[in-house]
Amino acid sequence: MKRIIHETCDGIGSAVILAWRAFASLPTAPRIIKRVVEQAYLGSYTSLPIVGILSFFIGAVLALQAGITMADISMQNMIGTLVGESMTRELGPVMVAIILAGRVGSATTAELASMRVYQEVDALETMNIPPERFLVLPRLLAVLVFMPFLSMVGIVIGWIGGAVVCNYVQIINVSPEIYFRSLHQYLSATDLTHGLIKSEIFGFVVVLTACNTGLRTRGGPREIGASVTRSVVISLILILSLDYVITKILA
Amino acid sequence: MKTTTHHIARSSDRQPVSVEVKGLAKTFGLQHVLTDINLAVKPGEIFAIMGPSGSGKSVLLRQIAGLDLPTAGTVLVDGHDPADPDTRDRYALALVFQAGALFNSLTVYDNLALYPLEHRLCPKPEIRDRVMRALKVLSLEAALHKFPSELSGGMKKRVAVARALVMEPQLILFDEPTSELDPVMAATISELIATLRQHISVTTIVVTHDRDLALTIADRVAILMRGKLVSVTTPAELRTLPNSDVQDFLNPKIDLQNPRFKHLEVFS
Repeated sequence: MKRIIHETCDGIGSAVILAWRAFASLPTAPRIIKRVVEQAYLGSYTSLPIVGILSFFIGAVLALQAGITMADISMQNMIGTLVGESMTRELGPVMVAIILAGRVGSATTAELASMRVYQEVDALETMNIPPERFLVLPRLLAVLVFMPFLSMVGIVIGWIGGAVVCNYVQIINVSPEIYFRSLHQYLSATDLTHGLIKSEIFGFVVVLTACNTGLRTRGGPREIGASVTRSVVISLILILSLDYVITKILA
Repeated sequence: MKTTTHHIARSSDRQPVSVEVKGLAKTFGLQHVLTDINLAVKPGEIFAIMGPSGSGKSVLLRQIAGLDLPTAGTVLVDGHDPADPDTRDRYALALVFQAGALFNSLTVYDNLALYPLEHRLCPKPEIRDRVMRALKVLSLEAALHKFPSELSGGMKKRVAVARALVMEPQLILFDEPTSELDPVMAATISELIATLRQHISVTTIVVTHDRDLALTIADRVAILMRGKLVSVTTPAELRTLPNSDVQDFLNPKIDLQNPRFKHLEVFS
């Protein structure tokens, strides 16, 4: 137990230092634009299909579950509001962050951990190229750039998923016009901002966790695998616990 | 090889640096890897550190490069702490890792060009010249656009040496530069290390258990055994050093009558 607490504090501390050092080298940002773009492409464009598929079904299943109950009490005209609000404020950002942890976080940890294990990070240090600037900052900047867009895509596709279910499932039977009118009626710009703030924080935390866990790897190939697992698990815990905290603060 | 090393430009404003190790100790947990190491490497010297596997040679090299912090004692490169970022800004220090430590996501060319590019040392065409010269010295022109995963162990090692040359370092550290190389390439690398200081002002520290390399090219040889420095002498003195452990290490004999391995009968 003592060891777990010690390691947790150690990890948090090194993550804070890592972020601090990465952003201390922000003045060199114009020089790393190429790497930022590359990372943004890898993180966002290649994640689009999975974000699309998952968000569609999240929206669809949400509409289906809620729709049947709401149809019972003849509230199905409000279903657009329910799906829209849930996707925007909650499920969109969380789902995209979870996908990010699974796709980008794991890949980042694996890459940085193997660079650490095979002494590439040591080589960077002897060449006086700080890994924080060369490896971490481009990834952090990239995620901050693409995360709002990726979440927006997820949110909108979730809405569409709900609309499709409402239109085609007999029990619910709400037309897209009514669905989107009710969605539009109660959804405010603040809801959207809250959702995007959330996803921005999630994205930053996931990538920082991934970089930190990767760079803290010591040992051999087995530890690379262990680090990837740890990175994804920590990310998921952080996403869901931060979700509560942020919701509480923003509400 | 000797005819091509002159391609490396002499950087006149750079001076070779001294390395001083005082009372250095390193422990990992309960294991004492290095105890009370004292060394003074002069500017421009070729200094070899020899010793059996597991004697702490590579750990010592990492301490000199500032990659690990010592448990006790100090390492000074030209009077400065090598782990301090300011020292790294001021001095060009290259470490040739035993396994190469090439950047696997970059081609050979990009591996070599990374240091001058990141530090904006010179315009791009000049960087290209520097990279091509270093590749030529190590006869690696054919590998230019390959990725490290496509190279053999020996080629990786040569690329690592080339990457260090591009840095035009004031201090160059080699970790087993000739292991994994065939005898001819090992001799070539030895010659390269020996002639390097005629072209760039550099202090060289070579960690090796290649006896030929150490005794032929080094100005002084340190013998490290079980984490302790046993002797620091010139190669000539080393041959006549009255220390049976050192002589056994330098002149191992294969004795089929009294094999060192015991208990082989468990296999019969």
